[in-house]
Amino acid sequence: MQIIRNRTVYDVVIVGSGAGGGMAAKVLTEAGANVLMLEAGVMFDSARDSKMMAWPYQSPRRGLPIPERQFGEFDAGWGGWTLEGEPYTSAPGDRFDWFRTRMLGGRTNHWGRISLRFGPDDFRRKSLDGLGDDWPITYEDLKPYYDSIDRYIGLFGSNEGLPNDPDGIFQPPPKPRCYELLIKQASERLSIRCIPIRLSILTQPLNGRPACHYCGQCGRACAAHANFSSPSVLIPPALATKRLTILTNAMAREVTVDETGLASGVSYIDKTTGRENHVRGRIVVLAASACESARLLLNSKSSRFPQGLGNSSGVVGKYLTDTTGTGVSGFIPKMMNGVPHNEDGASGSHLYMPWWGDNKKLDFPRGYHIELGGGRRMPGFGVLGGVHRYNGTEIGGGMLAGGGYGKKLKDDYRRFYGATVNFAGRGEMIPNEKSYCEIDPTVVDRWGIPVLRFHWTWSDHEIKQVKHMQETFRAIINEMGGTPLSAMPTAEQQYDIAPGGRIIHEVGCVRMGNDPKTSALNSNCQAHDCRNLFLTDGGPFVTNPDKNVTWTILALAMRTSEYIANQRKAGSI
Amino acid sequence: MNRRDALKVLIAAPAATFTWTEAEASQAAAAAQTARAATTAKPFVPKFFTADEFKFVRILADIIIPKDERSGSASDAGVPEFMDFMMIDQPARQVAMRGGLAWLDVECQKRFDKTFLACADAERTAVLDDIAWPSKAKPEFAHGVAFFNSFRDLTASGFWTTRMGIDDLQYMGNRSVARWNGCPPEALKKLGVSYE
Repeated sequence: MQIIRNRTVYDVVIVGSGAGGGMAAKVLTEAGANVLMLEAGVMFDSARDSKMMAWPYQSPRRGLPIPERQFGEFDAGWGGWTLEGEPYTSAPGDRFDWFRTRMLGGRTNHWGRISLRFGPDDFRRKSLDGLGDDWPITYEDLKPYYDSIDRYIGLFGSNEGLPNDPDGIFQPPPKPRCYELLIKQASERLSIRCIPIRLSILTQPLNGRPACHYCGQCGRACAAHANFSSPSVLIPPALATKRLTILTNAMAREVTVDETGLASGVSYIDKTTGRENHVRGRIVVLAASACESARLLLNSKSSRFPQGLGNSSGVVGKYLTDTTGTGVSGFIPKMMNGVPHNEDGASGSHLYMPWWGDNKKLDFPRGYHIELGGGRRMPGFGVLGGVHRYNGTEIGGGMLAGGGYGKKLKDDYRRFYGATVNFAGRGEMIPNEKSYCEIDPTVVDRWGIPVLRFHWTWSDHEIKQVKHMQETFRAIINEMGGTPLSAMPTAEQQYDIAPGGRIIHEVGCVRMGNDPKTSALNSNCQAHDCRNLFLTDGGPFVTNPDKNVTWTILALAMRTSEYIANQRKAGSI
Repeated sequence: MNRRDALKVLIAAPAATFTWTEAEASQAAAAAQTARAATTAKPFVPKFFTADEFKFVRILADIIIPKDERSGSASDAGVPEFMDFMMIDQPARQVAMRGGLAWLDVECQKRFDKTFLACADAERTAVLDDIAWPSKAKPEFAHGVAFFNSFRDLTASGFWTTRMGIDDLQYMGNRSVARWNGCPPEALKKLGVSYE
């Protein structure tokens, strides 16, 4: 069958529609460019497709995952750790789990909305502690873009004046839930600061979007567009210019180059017809996600670029990082027999604990923040599970022996409902030589596109950091008079560190830098080897601070897109 | 609506119209009432459990969550039907479920020379007393303990996620709130915290 060659030459072809792709589409169409966006997944409109406000009994499995929706059948995300016909592999003995969401907006539809700026120190860690590398840009370079997205997209938070957790342009934060105040009391007794979290959920109307209605279900996609996702905030203004064309079910195969070595377009498979297509663009922007963009570059081999496009340095795929993560739940007797009230609130915790430690006194570098959970949540599959582990001192004395049955158990369930808290640590991993992705030498996906093979090793830095998380969470639970619902994991269990990829903050495998020998992109996220090729996803990240990556992907994508627009106007690309 | 009715509604409702808003949830509940009225004569036929296993599951689930003054029993909430669905939906659970029921049945036969179904209530609970509290259970009952922990959890999932269970727990969310004012004074007072 003949390849379908589209004769239109777009100003820009963007691969991907998530945070980076959506931002590039908005900035570039508003600058006057005709843009084609390729999305490997399905069309999605949260106003129409959200399962917000569904009750658990509306699902025969009470919201549990299905293969197509691996975060639960009410979750917005179409995708998961495995995709039919789209394998990836891990090197023998290694494990990396890769979450791919195949829909317009990608993972922005169901992410946690935690929107933390990186701090000044985060861009120059090598200078500070000798590990990893410095970024080719500083916080001051990115600050105006953080300010812009704060103003345009909106988030809540509180200005605290912390040196490495920069303030922003925040809407007022929602009041904490009562159990969050109880956690705060305990953590502050342990000298751990607990402050309002920063979430891209509106508490006041902004740019035509309404304030949150506090159903607590951002992960199901907000039908009202009160939180940030690419299809609800970035793609509509791009479409309004009438210069954006979106092709869904379009799985990019490779970036093509012309005889001069410049990117000429993208070939892709139309998943609905199975036909091979090619589209031409004067500029190509990859925003397919860090690993998918690395895969595209590595698969874009030509006589001029035998190691893949943009990879003369050989670093594409290298320096892959994820966030470290572990969690502990605790049963808090003081929270038993809770006062019935609606504590859904905004999605996620209303408070968090930014990194407070002094690394000079610790046996690991860098830090982590703590996210909170608990309380009287909407029952779903697993509700009140593990009741046999609820052992603790009751108020007024007498030990609980977890378990049982009958009327006594039924009353226990009622008393225990809402009486647990949980803590999740999210920490910084140092990039290492043993954690990377490459093209698997033999395996292809169902369209014949060679797939990624992952290599993954945690270093002692991460293991010690996660041990510290475990100890800290248990100390807070004890301070609250509670009982951890799991035993302290051992060194052999690597202190229950989540497997690589599981926190879904994988970034860094197409990193930026000033030296073309050790980086794939320059300080404007422009390929050293190919001046009309850019990345606007998490691929360019040099390090992966504990601050969740999306806000920085957005800021960096905006900066890169404005650079593209300016260079195009100046005639240099 | 009970599990059986919920399932029928899910199967009956075309996906495109099942848009999950509160209004449509009410519609679904109304449809369930109609379905219930129309099908009361037709008994549920389990797909995974045998007829005897299904009776066993119903009795065991109701021992775990019985009817009381505040809400109905596990079987009133459709828990046995929910479990049957889950066994088909998640085949990895099948062996442990079937084997656990068999373990309990054999334990009854060893002690009373009767199957679980044939045992009197007091005989059944005599066996359960040995496996229902892990921290007090003797090591030789470890397999029974593991099964009962898991069966109890599945019963809880099936019961507390129904309208009956949610109302019983007094979960008051999943609604639009015009203005978030935090927690009420009684809730703050109980935990000894305040917004000051």
